[in-house]
Amino acid sequence: MNESSDHLLRSRRSTESLFSRFQVAGLVVLTLIAVISKFYLPRLIPSAVWLEVPLLLTVYFGLMRPDPVPALLFGAFVGLAEDSLSPANLPIGMYGITKTLVGYFAASVSQRFNVGSSLIRLILCFFFFVFHAFFYWVMRRALLEQIVPFDTQQTLLHGVFNVAVALPLYLILDRMKLSDES
Amino acid sequence: MDAIFNRYRSYRSLVVLVVVVMAQVLYLAYQVRTNRDERLIRVWAVSAVTPMAGMVEATRHNTIGFLKDYFLLLDVRDQNRKLKHDNDQLRMENVFYRNQLATAEHAHALTLFQAKTPSRTVAARVIGDSTVSTAKAVFIDRGSTSNIEKGMAVVTPDGIVGKVAAVYPLVSQVLLVTDSTFKVGVESQKGHIHGTLNCGIGHCVVEQIQNEEDVATGEWFFTSGEDRIFPKGFPVGTVLSVAPGNGMKDVRLALSGAPGGVEEVLVVLDGEHQPIPTEVPPEEKMAKPLPPPPDDKVTNGAQPGSAQTEADKLVQKYQQLGKEQNHVYGAIYSNMPDFNTKPAPKAAAAPSEANPSMPAVNRSAAPLGSAPVLGSPIQTAPPRPASRPSTQGSPTQVTAPLNAPPASAAKTPAAKPPTPHAPAAKPVLPLGSPRPKPTGNGATNQAPPPGNPPQ
Repeated sequence: MNESSDHLLRSRRSTESLFSRFQVAGLVVLTLIAVISKFYLPRLIPSAVWLEVPLLLTVYFGLMRPDPVPALLFGAFVGLAEDSLSPANLPIGMYGITKTLVGYFAASVSQRFNVGSSLIRLILCFFFFVFHAFFYWVMRRALLEQIVPFDTQQTLLHGVFNVAVALPLYLILDRMKLSDES
Repeated sequence: MDAIFNRYRSYRSLVVLVVVVMAQVLYLAYQVRTNRDERLIRVWAVSAVTPMAGMVEATRHNTIGFLKDYFLLLDVRDQNRKLKHDNDQLRMENVFYRNQLATAEHAHALTLFQAKTPSRTVAARVIGDSTVSTAKAVFIDRGSTSNIEKGMAVVTPDGIVGKVAAVYPLVSQVLLVTDSTFKVGVESQKGHIHGTLNCGIGHCVVEQIQNEEDVATGEWFFTSGEDRIFPKGFPVGTVLSVAPGNGMKDVRLALSGAPGGVEEVLVVLDGEHQPIPTEVPPEEKMAKPLPPPPDDKVTNGAQPGSAQTEADKLVQKYQQLGKEQNHVYGAIYSNMPDFNTKPAPKAAAAPSEANPSMPAVNRSAAPLGSAPVLGSPIQTAPPRPASRPSTQGSPTQVTAPLNAPPASAAKTPAAKPPTPHAPAAKPVLPLGSPRPKPTGNGATNQAPPPGNPPQ
């Protein structure tokens, strides 16, 4: 066992112990805050309509939790909560499926790579944002036959915008973890 | 056994993923297949979230601005305590009155619009957005308890906003016209060209307009009522640009209602179709100019209107017959004309000669209160309430009833002396007035012409 794998194991052990302290109630509260922020924040800041706090939370939970099952269940929960507040012409489950996959893939990535670095987390966050937007667009076209535009340039720009928000958000969540540990 | 268990554990996450995704796909397919909205879940979620959002919105709307200004004034007090006290009060009052004024103005505008429109509406406030960034929808603070139903139109005095997509007890969800799935039937103001508004491609366009149709930049579009959502006659927007396309015109529209940024809206409870206004909506309307001065040629009879209807032709024929037979309509002792004889051929231009001051077809253009005058300038007739004064003198606005007495050439008294065919000594009276007994010299009371007091 070399130094890097040792570091990886220690890191995983640490994150698992920390996430075990994330109680269900805390997750529910975080999810509610994220969904409400998406529901209400654009009224205050119109450009915040592209802010995907629920997705950022799903990615964070997946990256910090090596086990894919809780991550995908958390993604499904967040996605269904979003779906229930979506327009009535969109059936429930669109965001649920998308975020389930995001949670699963994020957790799978965290099993194979060291995601302790902020840079890697931000890159993955950007990737998952683009994947989320693209997969949602595909589902609306394929499953609902709704012709909606997909602006690649705009999606990439919004991805950068979300990464910029994810940076302080993840730091805050990391700090919450540390306080729990102590 | 351990091997099977370990193998299962290695695939456990994948199995759970497939199960969860498949469950959601099946649930989604069920909703799409049955075209049924899962109301219970949405009601729970909306009921859980919207009260909080409503409270936050109310707090922000009522107090945040006030508190912000208050803390701003605290900073000023730190800098200058003496001036701060006065400044504090003045600013607080200013903010208060400004908020009051803004609220009153907006409420007044909504109230005016509510009173003006024949449709029955209820005012609502936007309290939150949808969670789907690509879908355009908002929540308003009125629900089924306010008699709101799914499919109702949502408008503002400036234009259309959207339709009610879902109704909950205390809130409703409004799908905005800018949503990609929303189409609105529209109609142009001038040419009454029908089209379909589509704002789902990043900008708003009016589709289904043939290249041969005439649509001008700046022209207004109104709802046509064909979508069964918006009543006909609500303003939609103005044309930004028009370009010929492949079979259909590319007409870009600027929405007048700004559906994404509204804070207060009106939900149309009971829509009523209105005609497409001939004028631009009030917010775009400039001061109404004075009507143009009357055309001298028309006033002097150089360009009389031609008979448009059978009634007009009959009136002209009787006028000509009366002139030829020296009959003054309404006058006492005037001989009864023979209406069976045909008028002289040259009488075709008679109206213009006999009526130089005002053509017969333009009698409705007389000033309000005046009435068509028969025979001579001192003849008057009771005003006809059915006929309205016309500012344009359109021949189509002549509303002479068929049972009206045959009128001679109508003319304004000041513009033309008494016609030679009507002897000045002959008594004339307004139609319908009591006839005095003859005195032998034929003198009677003469009604002064309108605007020409007797001297």
